[in-house]
This record gives sequence, C-alpha cells and structure tokens, in this order.
Amino acid sequence: MRVELPMPRVGPVNDDAPRPIKVVLNWGRRYSLWVFNFGLACCAIEFIAASMARHDFIRLGVIPFAPGPRQADLMVVSGTVSDKMAPAIRRLYDQMPEPKYVISFGSCANSGGPYWDSYCVTKGVDQLIPVDVYVPGCPPRPEALLQGIIRLQEKIASETLSTKSIRAKYAGSRRAAAGEVTRPLLVKPEVTGRETGGELS
Amino acid sequence: MSPYLTVGGVVLAGALLFVAAMAVRLVLAPRAPTAAKLSTYECGVDPVGEGWAQTNVRYFLYAFLYVVFAVDAVYLFPWATVIRSTDLGVASLAEMGIFIAVLLVGLAHAARRGLLRWV
Repeated sequence: MRVELPMPRVGPVNDDAPRPIKVVLNWGRRYSLWVFNFGLACCAIEFIAASMARHDFIRLGVIPFAPGPRQADLMVVSGTVSDKMAPAIRRLYDQMPEPKYVISFGSCANSGGPYWDSYCVTKGVDQLIPVDVYVPGCPPRPEALLQGIIRLQEKIASETLSTKSIRAKYAGSRRAAAGEVTRPLLVKPEVTGRETGGELS
Repeated sequence: MSPYLTVGGVVLAGALLFVAAMAVRLVLAPRAPTAAKLSTYECGVDPVGEGWAQTNVRYFLYAFLYVVFAVDAVYLFPWATVIRSTDLGVASLAEMGIFIAVLLVGLAHAARRGLLRWV
C-alpha cells in the first residue's frame, strides 16, 4: 500500500518566529530530554549508574522514563551494535518524533571498539543513524556521559530548526526502511540432499 | 458570586490552556512523517498480523481461578476492617458467607474438572 506523506517541515510560523520564541523553544528542548536508553552491553550499566542517585543526570533535565521511542527526544546507544540489532535501532530511531538527538556512548557504539574486526558487529552506530555526540571510553565513566549531555545541551541551545534544515536531514533517506540496513547473506546457506525435497535445489 | 461561576471559570481556563498548547504546537512544532515512523511500535521489529488476536478458549480456566482467589482477597481485606463494628458486623458476616459460598462452588467446579492437580 502506498501512502502519500507530506514533506518534512517545521510549523508554518516557526521560520518567521521572533528570536525570543526560538530561545524559549530551545531552552525547553534542552532541559527536558526524555531519554530512550538503547542498552546493548556493559556500557548500559554505566548509563544506569549515571541515572542513579550518585551521578543523577535528572538534575540536568534528562528523564530516563520514556515508555517508548514515540515519547523520547534523545536516544543513548550504549553498547555493542550488532548487524542483527541494526534494523531495530534504525526502526526505533525512525519512530522518534522530531527534533531528536542521539548520543553514542562508548567505543563499541562509536566505532565497533574492541570488536572492530568482528564479522557481525556494526562498525559504529553512525552507520545507521546520525549521531550528535560521541562519548569515548571502554566503558566511559558516568561523568563522561554527563559531559556528553552538557555538550548536547550546548548544541541544542545554539541550533535553529528550519524547514530547510529538516529537509536536508531527511534528503535521500525518507523512504529508507529498517530492512535497508539489513546486510544480505554473505554466503548462501548450503542445502544438503535430504532437506531439498525437490524445490530448493 | 455563584459557586457555579467559579467552576465555569476553571473549566474555561482549562479548555483555553489546552487549545493554546495545541495551537502553539500546530504552528511551531517540526513534523517529518515517514512510513517507518507511522508504522506500529513493536519494539523495533515489523508488526505482524492485525490488532485483533485470538486467545485460546481454554485459558478461561485461569481467568476463572483468578477471579476465585484474587477477587476473593480484594473483598476480604476491607471486610476485615469492619467486622468488629456493631452495626455492620453481623450483616457483613452473613453477606461474606454467601459471597464465599458462591466462590467455593466455583472452586469445587474447578477441582471437579481436575484443574487443581499438580501437572
């Protein structure tokens, strides 16, 4: 079924809105980042530690209780992204509402990390989705995530959303589905004589 | 001033607040729908089937036992707080006796169908 979708755009008044309104909008986006934790490996433990009482990133306005991607503003990918998990990450990122931000947390999510030569590890989550802030470390300490969040908040404070920028972001990839980031089989599975049954061979 | 005027004012203020928030969202918020975004949220995988699904009818027995035990407990706990009172005590004792007797019939039925056997 083909569905006609409208072009991406900001609200009709946004482009001509006076500067104070944009400042207020950015201020609101900056300090209520509902975060969607994509915990995939040990880095997720550091993320959880950052959300707990000692490091407490809720004081920065990061709220770790998003029930799903549709209620989230920020996705923190913490851990090893495998090629099998890649379509799910892409799909969940696609289902987040605009404006959305991504923090890549830890070496694995940044570049594949210690698994840089693995057959099944995605070499960085930025191959799937646009990343705003990279937090280095293996795993990074919770303080590193706090620094990353502050960096992201600086970025949000200085950004200006416009129809032009949002269309540039979606250019070429609007129709991409999760299946398009699934790698095809490298080798066709061998079919033994007993299982063929006449039609597979 | 009539108290209804106050209630009306609160309702009006609430409605105005809602309309204002939705209008501001409409004129300011960015929007970028894609096919993937509009698809059903299924924890990142493709949705399969439709919203309606069938449950096997034999699971009604678990619902049945749940009603017998859980609903029973829900009514027993508040009853325990009034059983000593002079005006409610005797009447509530009789009523709870009837209630539990009805549930016991259900339990006996479940036992007769072999539901209480271990494996």
